[in-house]
Amino acid sequence: MDFPEALSCPVPILSHDTVQLAHGAGGKLSNEMIDKIFLPRFTNSTLEKMEDQAVLENPGGRIAFSTDTFVVDPIFFPGGDIGDLAINGTVNDIAMSGAIPKYLSVGFILEEGLPFETLHRIVLSMEKAAKLAGVQIVAGDTKVVNRGSCDKLFINTSGFGFVPDDVNISASNLEIGDKIILSGTLADHGMAVMTTREGLSFQSTVESDTAGLNHLVQDMLSVSTNIHALRDPTRGGLATTLNEFAASSTVGIQLYGDSIPVKENVRGACEILGIDPLYVANEGKLVAIVPPEVADAMLNAMQKNELGKSATIIGEVTDKHPGIVTMKTALGANRIVDMPVGEQLPRIC
Amino acid sequence: MKYLDEFRDPVVAKKILSEIHAVTTQPWVIMEICGGQTHSIIRNGIDQVLPKEIELVHGPGCPVCVTPLEIIDRAIEIAGRPDVIFTSFGDMLRVPGSHKDLFMVRSEGGDVRTVFSPLESLKIARENPGKEVVFFAVGFETTAPGNAMAVAQAAKEGLTNFSELVSHVLVPPAMEALLSSPLNRVQGYLAAGHVCTVMGWDEYDPIAKKYKVPIVITGFEPMDVLDGILHTVKQLEAGTYKVENRYTRIVEQGGNQPAQALIKDVFEIANRKWRGIGEIPVSGFKIREKYAAFDAELKFSVGDIHTEEPEACISGVILQGLKKPHDCPAFGKECTPQNPLGATMVSSEGACAAYYKYQRILSD
Repeated sequence: MDFPEALSCPVPILSHDTVQLAHGAGGKLSNEMIDKIFLPRFTNSTLEKMEDQAVLENPGGRIAFSTDTFVVDPIFFPGGDIGDLAINGTVNDIAMSGAIPKYLSVGFILEEGLPFETLHRIVLSMEKAAKLAGVQIVAGDTKVVNRGSCDKLFINTSGFGFVPDDVNISASNLEIGDKIILSGTLADHGMAVMTTREGLSFQSTVESDTAGLNHLVQDMLSVSTNIHALRDPTRGGLATTLNEFAASSTVGIQLYGDSIPVKENVRGACEILGIDPLYVANEGKLVAIVPPEVADAMLNAMQKNELGKSATIIGEVTDKHPGIVTMKTALGANRIVDMPVGEQLPRIC
Repeated sequence: MKYLDEFRDPVVAKKILSEIHAVTTQPWVIMEICGGQTHSIIRNGIDQVLPKEIELVHGPGCPVCVTPLEIIDRAIEIAGRPDVIFTSFGDMLRVPGSHKDLFMVRSEGGDVRTVFSPLESLKIARENPGKEVVFFAVGFETTAPGNAMAVAQAAKEGLTNFSELVSHVLVPPAMEALLSSPLNRVQGYLAAGHVCTVMGWDEYDPIAKKYKVPIVITGFEPMDVLDGILHTVKQLEAGTYKVENRYTRIVEQGGNQPAQALIKDVFEIANRKWRGIGEIPVSGFKIREKYAAFDAELKFSVGDIHTEEPEACISGVILQGLKKPHDCPAFGKECTPQNPLGATMVSSEGACAAYYKYQRILSD
């Protein structure tokens, strides 16, 4: 029988129920928090040495290095929380170079008064996400700030991985005729967070798609290393990513309007709020630009992975209108898919 | 998705489109009233596939666009006060006032919150008895019932810390103002479906008769819009000028009567200034005297506000259908959605913003 993680792993007993400023002061309370909350979950031989730095083996070749900071509100949302988001976010940024992510550092900024139960729950989901991605957390830091100086907790993760020799993936590599593959449905994460934040409920809960994509990328590279560009369309959504590609490579992008998958309940939430799923954040999807001759095989390989089972070809790279993304409408007209100006705002009517 | 996919079916849409081509024999100028329709037309490229004889001009029905600059400045002034929680629908937050927008007020420490309903603002007022909670009540007849409901509810509960900053405008007076202009080019209207959902269509009959224009109540999905155009063209070609309801799945002749009663209880008709157009007599709502305690304009004395619209902006002419966004020298240059010079660029439903977002390439 499956127990929810939090039940099967009770909150460790600490001398306080909530985070105190002293937990960030580097004394006994700091050590108690590290020993009871962090070390048991993030355990590995490097971290256990408790040095000021992680000393790691260098296998040679290129490394991909990335950092990201997570301040999501609410910290828990359907399908995930700030913890797995923080691990998957950096894992994915590294993986989008074709690299195999290996090591992460984690920095916590905790608000005084945060219940340890909350922190523990988040650390558990970080442990789980790191295990799934196959990365080690080898360095960490914790600061505690006065109540009101941050919102519950902020997490920074940085990390690196190793790029295989024959892989060269870049936003400036797009070529005319390339196919655009999207790994699955759009807008799940952004709408999960927005509907939770605003207290909107729908017949079925909109769930975040947060997931580490590194294994999917390796599945793709095993078909062919000839991937021109790869990115996970997070903030700003697919539209922003494709506009960045079109600008970096000075090519046009043409989308087939009716081919972009969006889950039924997500579409409903978007319709009600007047929000275009093309501009909404995803946390477990990637968009790949590949030469036409490898597109079908790549698509097949992606569809065999759980995280790519709804993968589909959504468009192609064209020599028309360089720097601009367009979409064919159902009526056969063409429209621009522009960069968003700022965050999308729900409309009046 | 039920109730949506049926109205986006490309096969049926193309059928309606070919019918439009078949019935059109001469040039016609048709105005869609509502910004939601403008958005749908440009987003789906409907204007690109219509017969070249049919010119769509984009009406003044975007509430964000036509809210006068003075009111935005007033909102910004009130929102910046330390004792105020200012609440608004999301898309008003980015509309620039003379010097800043509501987002900037928030970054300067103002308590500005996005809500999805004025009733949410009421809840905030109940939870924050020490604060004045103000709701920015903007919109056409569509949002009026909800905004009226919040005031009536606040009065019933005896809430003393809730008020609305009202900038409510009405569709029929604007339609008349456009038709009575000597420069008018509009020959037929697609009336705004959701406005008619609330108000019904009795008030359109005299307009259709007086100005001899067909008025077709139209929805917002691509098929709705095409169907509205088809029936407008059919009337124009036949020389008839009736009010015709083509949004029958939602609109009834009498409209939503309880909603109308609520509006009537809380609001009275008033002269209103429209951004880009100017003052139109009896074209909006203000809060009735018996609910004066909930009128933010009276509650917060804001000194005289003087505003000036940039000279380069031709949004007034665009809102009257006399010019297209591409005709403006500032379009896409000094004037963009990041830096809008006037009414029609400030909201995604404004004609200029819709052109910029979806069809900029055509102007290159």
